[in-house]
Amino acid sequence: MAQQRVIVGSRSGLHARPAVLVAEAAARQPVPVSIGRPGGPVLNAASTLALMTLGAKAGDEVVLSAEGDEGEAAVAAVAALVEADLDDPGQPSRPDKPEQPSHA
Amino acid sequence: MPERLTGYPASPGAVTGPAARLGEPPSLPDTKPAVTDPAAELARARDALATVAEELQRRAEGKPKDVADVLFTQSVMAKDPGLDQAVQAAISAGTPAPWAIREELAGYQDALRAAGGYLAERVADLDDIGDRALAVLLDAPMPGLPDPGHPYVLVAGDLSPADTATLDPAKVLAIVTERGGPTSHTVILARSLGLPAIVACPAAKSIVDGQVLAVDAVAGTVTVDPSADEIARLQAGEQARVAALSTTSGPGRTLDGHPVKLLLNVGAEGAGFEPVAAVDAEGVGLFRTEFLFLDAETAPGVEEQEAVYRRLFEGFAGRPVVVRTLDAGADKPLKFVAFDDEPNPALGVRGYRTATKFPELLGAQLTAIARAAAATGAQVQVMAPMVATAVEARRFVTAAHEHGIASAGVMIEVPAAALRARELLAVSDFVSIGTNDLSQYTFAADRMLGALGELLDPWQPALLQLVALVAHAGAETGKPVGICGEAAADPVLAQVFAGMGVTSLSMAPPAVAAVRAGLRTRTLAECRDAAERVLTATTPEQARAVLG
Repeated sequence: MAQQRVIVGSRSGLHARPAVLVAEAAARQPVPVSIGRPGGPVLNAASTLALMTLGAKAGDEVVLSAEGDEGEAAVAAVAALVEADLDDPGQPSRPDKPEQPSHA
Repeated sequence: MPERLTGYPASPGAVTGPAARLGEPPSLPDTKPAVTDPAAELARARDALATVAEELQRRAEGKPKDVADVLFTQSVMAKDPGLDQAVQAAISAGTPAPWAIREELAGYQDALRAAGGYLAERVADLDDIGDRALAVLLDAPMPGLPDPGHPYVLVAGDLSPADTATLDPAKVLAIVTERGGPTSHTVILARSLGLPAIVACPAAKSIVDGQVLAVDAVAGTVTVDPSADEIARLQAGEQARVAALSTTSGPGRTLDGHPVKLLLNVGAEGAGFEPVAAVDAEGVGLFRTEFLFLDAETAPGVEEQEAVYRRLFEGFAGRPVVVRTLDAGADKPLKFVAFDDEPNPALGVRGYRTATKFPELLGAQLTAIARAAAATGAQVQVMAPMVATAVEARRFVTAAHEHGIASAGVMIEVPAAALRARELLAVSDFVSIGTNDLSQYTFAADRMLGALGELLDPWQPALLQLVALVAHAGAETGKPVGICGEAAADPVLAQVFAGMGVTSLSMAPPAVAAVRAGLRTRTLAECRDAAERVLTATTPEQARAVLG
């Protein structure tokens, strides 16, 4: 079984939007990918709801795992997203910020 | 004989159109049927959730990015594979589809509540998914705002903040609610959009979709299935009302020229500050700054705030702008500071009281306001919310002066502050009365509670007496006394306030024309006479009757 410990990179944690992106990536893998906190229950990483209930904040550690030959690649692909800052302002979703034109 | 329903006229105007009811959340039937065909039951559950996901995705189309993001995330949750598995297991164990969906969602909701913070807010999203799926399964009306494909009169028990946030003013002709008081969300929203609204109209319960309604939100009546004559009369009255509004322009003054400044209540303004700056008004009497803070993950920096303030100040160059400092607390929580859990948030550490707990937030805000003011040359004033004593007022005013802001005042929202208005004015440059909270605290009546709407009527003599007390203290000390609550948007009450000696009225932009027209119908002497006589009234109705 492939397993990898990853630090959550999104500054607001695995909340709605980052959770959707991570779950989508997990669903795209040829094998089921699991996620959990170290020592905690193992959940389906393709489930946005499961990811959100982890309550993982930026800097928290989570464990990804998958079975089979393709497990390692699958875990690596999902890990890349968990580590990334998916709240990056390059993808604007914060209309209350002055750099956004909505209040200009 | 058409049926005529009465309610509280909350936002003026008159219109005729077909009714469409807000969908109420469906409830589970009392009896749980046995599942005879689990495969078919699972198919029903999956179809319902898929329908909900599609509908949410459809609603996301063409919406601003922030709204679309929320709806899209919600649609993903409806299709969630984990939820699907759980529902499948529950149905296999003999639970019918509606119960299976509701119970499995409840499991996720518990986990989200336990995670706390931002995630706990998603609990309501799951409620909404459950309500919608149940509506599909039970063949009940879809909950939420209706979308009949034509403009309609929105009829509801009451509107939630979520309903009002997604309301499209191009589709809604008027609002009629069974509950809700004079200071409820519905009223604030309707006034800010300039939509006619009637609240506290219990008989509206009987209205069904498609019935034609003649809504007269000046008189506070709804006529069901009106005659052609009635429709024509209503239209003529509305045309006359609108025409009368457009005949006046410029600064607020009474018939004989006594000035009462007409100012604007301004907030986030999704369309930018240009539209409000273009309104025929004398400045901003209340700039609510909460929007900069409430959704922010981290405290907004001085530069970030300054940039927003500058845009507003530039739009109002040469006119006064009153900035209210951050009004947050357990009732309006922030993500980046921890407020203690309070059993009574409305009576807790909120408004200016938070400044003693988080002084750096107020310091940064005053710095940003001072810099933006210096850069734009606007007549910028600041005021603090929820001040109760002269000591608090002096502390705030001193801090503002030290930051280089020449004019600083406080809001009068607490009866203690109204009673000691003279002492507060002695240490402040001005005061502004927030009638919504002043009502709430004077009558010990939650302003969001429709059942107490009568107590929150701005014509309540006790509220008017407190306003008169503050206005009198203003006259004695020679300092300005403004009003920036919903009461300021009442064109008749405006005359009473003018008579009391109030020097400015601040309101939602669509209300300005009517208040200006109302002020110009009477002389100052007549206003003063009315101001004295309303205080002899025993009920709001008697107070209103003073000015006919």
